[in-house]
Amino acid sequence: MTELWEGLTRAIQLIISFDPEVMEIAGRSLAISATSCSLAALISLPLGGLIHFSHFPGKRLLISIIQTLFSVPTVLIGLLVFVLFSRAGPIGGLNLMFTPAVMVIGQVILIIPLMLGLILSALRGVDKGVAETAISLGASRLQAGILTLREARYAVLTAVIMGFGRAVSEVGLALMVGGNIKGFTRTLTTAISLETSKGDLELALALGIVLLFIALIVNVALNRFQQR
Amino acid sequence: MALLKTVNLGQKYGERYVLKDVNLEVDRGDVFALIGPTGAGKTTLIRLLDLLETPASGRIYIDGVDVTCSGGFRLATRRRMALVQQKPVVFDMSVYENVACGLRWRHEKSEAIRQKVEAALELVAMADYKNRNARTLSGGETQRVAIARALVTQPEVLFLDEPTANLDPVSVSKIEEVLAHIIGQQKTTIVMATHDMSQGQRLAGRIGVLIDGEILQLDSPSEIFTSPKSREVAQFVGVDNILAGVVVAKDNGLVTTEVNGYRLQSISDFGLGEEVYVLIRPEDITLTLSKDIGSARNTFLGRIIKMTPLGPLVRIEVDCGFPLLALITKRSTQELGLTVGGNVYANFKTTAIRTIKRWR
Repeated sequence: MTELWEGLTRAIQLIISFDPEVMEIAGRSLAISATSCSLAALISLPLGGLIHFSHFPGKRLLISIIQTLFSVPTVLIGLLVFVLFSRAGPIGGLNLMFTPAVMVIGQVILIIPLMLGLILSALRGVDKGVAETAISLGASRLQAGILTLREARYAVLTAVIMGFGRAVSEVGLALMVGGNIKGFTRTLTTAISLETSKGDLELALALGIVLLFIALIVNVALNRFQQR
Repeated sequence: MALLKTVNLGQKYGERYVLKDVNLEVDRGDVFALIGPTGAGKTTLIRLLDLLETPASGRIYIDGVDVTCSGGFRLATRRRMALVQQKPVVFDMSVYENVACGLRWRHEKSEAIRQKVEAALELVAMADYKNRNARTLSGGETQRVAIARALVTQPEVLFLDEPTANLDPVSVSKIEEVLAHIIGQQKTTIVMATHDMSQGQRLAGRIGVLIDGEILQLDSPSEIFTSPKSREVAQFVGVDNILAGVVVAKDNGLVTTEVNGYRLQSISDFGLGEEVYVLIRPEDITLTLSKDIGSARNTFLGRIIKMTPLGPLVRIEVDCGFPLLALITKRSTQELGLTVGGNVYANFKTTAIRTIKRWR
């Protein structure tokens, strides 16, 4: 209990004093997750629209597979990326192992199924009449698709935020392919893991609180947007 | 050349045909109404004409050009038309933005969009609502926004699918007012589907009666209502008395038809022995307590078996040896003291009868 209380006090001190190390780790976490989230959104939005508006055999199966991948363990994606990017791997020559870039790639692979699945269900929630009305008023298929995404904007935004949440909070992947290198690939989650194993529970707790604080800001921003 | 033409147009869903061999021609500036009961295929026909569906058979021509399956050309063709659906879907944005959508998709300049949208909203009397979210409007207001949204693109053909179905009478008259204005001022070619035959009569110059996926009659509104050419059309346009009979005598155009052993006189060209249907509109029958000494050649004594009030009118079923339905005012009913079970004379003129061929 004392540790929890001390952790909280220390967290507040670290945040108020803008502790350079904490800020640097938090900033890196935010940057890596925001980049992964943006890239995953750039891929998932058009792909979601394409899957939703196309009719092809196996569409249901594909959606089931996407939904199954919601719960893929982060270490499994970590293993996959490790095998691909390690020196002996098929694209090891890129020398990306243990860099923020490979962490972003891993996170993109990790969160695309979640984002895509939620975008697909958001699009399914839009009245079919929307796209058809748009077409009857002279919209092209692309214009009708963009309108449908716009109609589903709150649910689509939730999908993006969920993706961000999964990226910023995962640890297995970041440890395996990032390597937790101080000042280079150390993020909030890998730092928490390290500090806990070192026995510095207060710092670990403080970093955890910073992580929650970031999640809180993101959610408040989302709620404000939805209420507009 | 007709602006819109269909040749043997058909559509089927699964194995079921919902439209069969529809042949239509609509000229530029025409107001054409498709009337028919619910489920007759009106919406399907409109959707085919608006190129939202691909027909199972037949062709569609616009300005003489076959547009039935012409790939990328469909978008350009569709942009010459607009559709107002029975239950319009408005987008989750302001009324102004809803109306502007069609113009934005056509990449019009923002100043032109502003002017056109404001004029269209003015036309449907919705200018005061332009900043409201369209999803918060009532049914009648939503329909007016849908009309503005379609009109703003200045379509060559405006399709209206049951534009006033499920609306209250005040909203219906407001929308009919807008449509009458468009018809009168803008000379837009309109194809409208309606199950309200009187609406078709009020707004259209030509009517097609669509029943069970087939166009059974194409005529002017007055012809459709006074001279239906088949039993189904007669039934749909409110001819309640459709009696099967045989022509038994003919004298200089005056034809006697036997119905259930009773003889009815009418004017027609049918020959002796021909099997016909005798059609009498219920409002053409007068009821009297004594034998009518007026000009009606057909007078039958009968017993009232049912009286149904319909607002200011009363629908009276009389058994004259054959069933007859008459529509008279409530006031006349009271003056004559008509009651169920009472006797009454049913009278109608020879000219009130239409005779059509009876197909076995």
